[in-house]
Amino acid sequence: MQIDWFTVVAQILNFLILVGLLRRFLYQPILNAIDAREKKIASQLEEAASKKEEAEKEKELFLHKNEDFDRAKMELMKKAHDDSEQKRLQLLEEARNEASTMRTQLVKTTMEAHHSLKQEIQEKVHREVFAITQKMLSDLASMDLEDQTIKVFLGRLKTLNEAEKRQFLEAFQSSSTPILVRSAFDLPEKKREEIEQTVSQVIGVQAHFLFKTVPELVSGIELTTKGYKLAWSIAEYLHALEKNIAETAIEKSKTVFDKT
Amino acid sequence: MKLSPDETVFWEYGYIHINLTMVTTWALMAMMVISSGWITRNLKSDIRISRWQLILEIIVIMINNQIKEIGLEKPERYIAFIGTLFLFIGLANICMIFPFYQAPTGSLSTTAGLAICVFLSVPYYGIRKNGLLAYLQSYLKPTFIMLPFNLISEVSRTLALAVRLFGNIMSGGMIVAILLTIAPFIFPVVMSMLGLLTGIVQAYIFSVLATVYIAAAIRIKAIA
Repeated sequence: MQIDWFTVVAQILNFLILVGLLRRFLYQPILNAIDAREKKIASQLEEAASKKEEAEKEKELFLHKNEDFDRAKMELMKKAHDDSEQKRLQLLEEARNEASTMRTQLVKTTMEAHHSLKQEIQEKVHREVFAITQKMLSDLASMDLEDQTIKVFLGRLKTLNEAEKRQFLEAFQSSSTPILVRSAFDLPEKKREEIEQTVSQVIGVQAHFLFKTVPELVSGIELTTKGYKLAWSIAEYLHALEKNIAETAIEKSKTVFDKT
Repeated sequence: MKLSPDETVFWEYGYIHINLTMVTTWALMAMMVISSGWITRNLKSDIRISRWQLILEIIVIMINNQIKEIGLEKPERYIAFIGTLFLFIGLANICMIFPFYQAPTGSLSTTAGLAICVFLSVPYYGIRKNGLLAYLQSYLKPTFIMLPFNLISEVSRTLALAVRLFGNIMSGGMIVAILLTIAPFIFPVVMSMLGLLTGIVQAYIFSVLATVYIAAAIRIKAIA
């Protein structure tokens, strides 16, 4: 077993040549390729990280925008709700007011209708009663009825209480015109004198009189001076009748309105 | 029986001669260089690469990591030398599965040549890293009395490297040859398999020891 020094030297040279060749053809290219790939991967990772960061920012931005949008939506919804509520209340108030106005109008209209009805009834009653009464009274008219009318009127004059007398006197004194005596029929001279005397006795003063014949008084007689009136006629009773009828009509209309 | 491929001489002119060791070495060199050049002629730095490139990358990265683990900071500087040691010895030993093949590592001349390369690379890398003075001072550590022992250590470990590899490979080949004469059918196959294992282990041991020696030389300052 000997060492062949020529072979040793040759093998050393061979090995060094192999080192150089492998460095050139194996290690350097492979290491460069690995480095390039690592750099590539690193850059890709970096890019991915930056993209991720960017995406995170975008996400944050979108979340923020979403929150803003939600908030704005909520505000708009609340505003719309408030507005609609306000509008509802306003409309309700308007409707109430309108209903109230219409109710008032209805009441007014009803009242007016009743009033006109009352007037109509009154007029009709007047007309009818007057027609009947006049017909009846004209049929029955006689000296006795007129006398009786004058008697009742005079009786009323005489039975005036103190307050009425004073009121009559004050009215007479404040008036510069004569006392007006209207009657449905012509008063004979004797009855006129009787009336003048009775009035003079009642007020204690001599007065001037003006006598007029007014058929509408319906068998009545009436004495008027400034602000004072004393009368008796069938018309008064007719007025009482009208009043009762009118009150009944109003009561009925009120009942009908409350039901509606 | 020829124990060494050195003894098979093809051409001779005085002192100069070409023997089987050299021819086999050239063949292995050609195989390694041509295959490397063929695979690395169109390397890709993409994520998807060819299988051959992947194999080479695995080998290179493995060697790189091994160097780094032993303690050399920048393995790219040493991979050409240490990696070539491992690949050459490993390939030379693996090829023993071919019939009539005689590994160049079974020649003491080859192992001596490789050991001399390691012997010379230690001061080369040490001086390049730390300077001539610092390297020479390392022989005086821890005291100048240690100088002869350090020198003997340098020589003896180089000798040990050469003889260890030669002994292992030569003995493996010799055992197979002896067994062929005794039990020519089964045992040589088993011993060849064992020889493959031993070959890889020896390649590993040789390159790792070379790395350790170089690492020891360039880490003088750190130790000091």
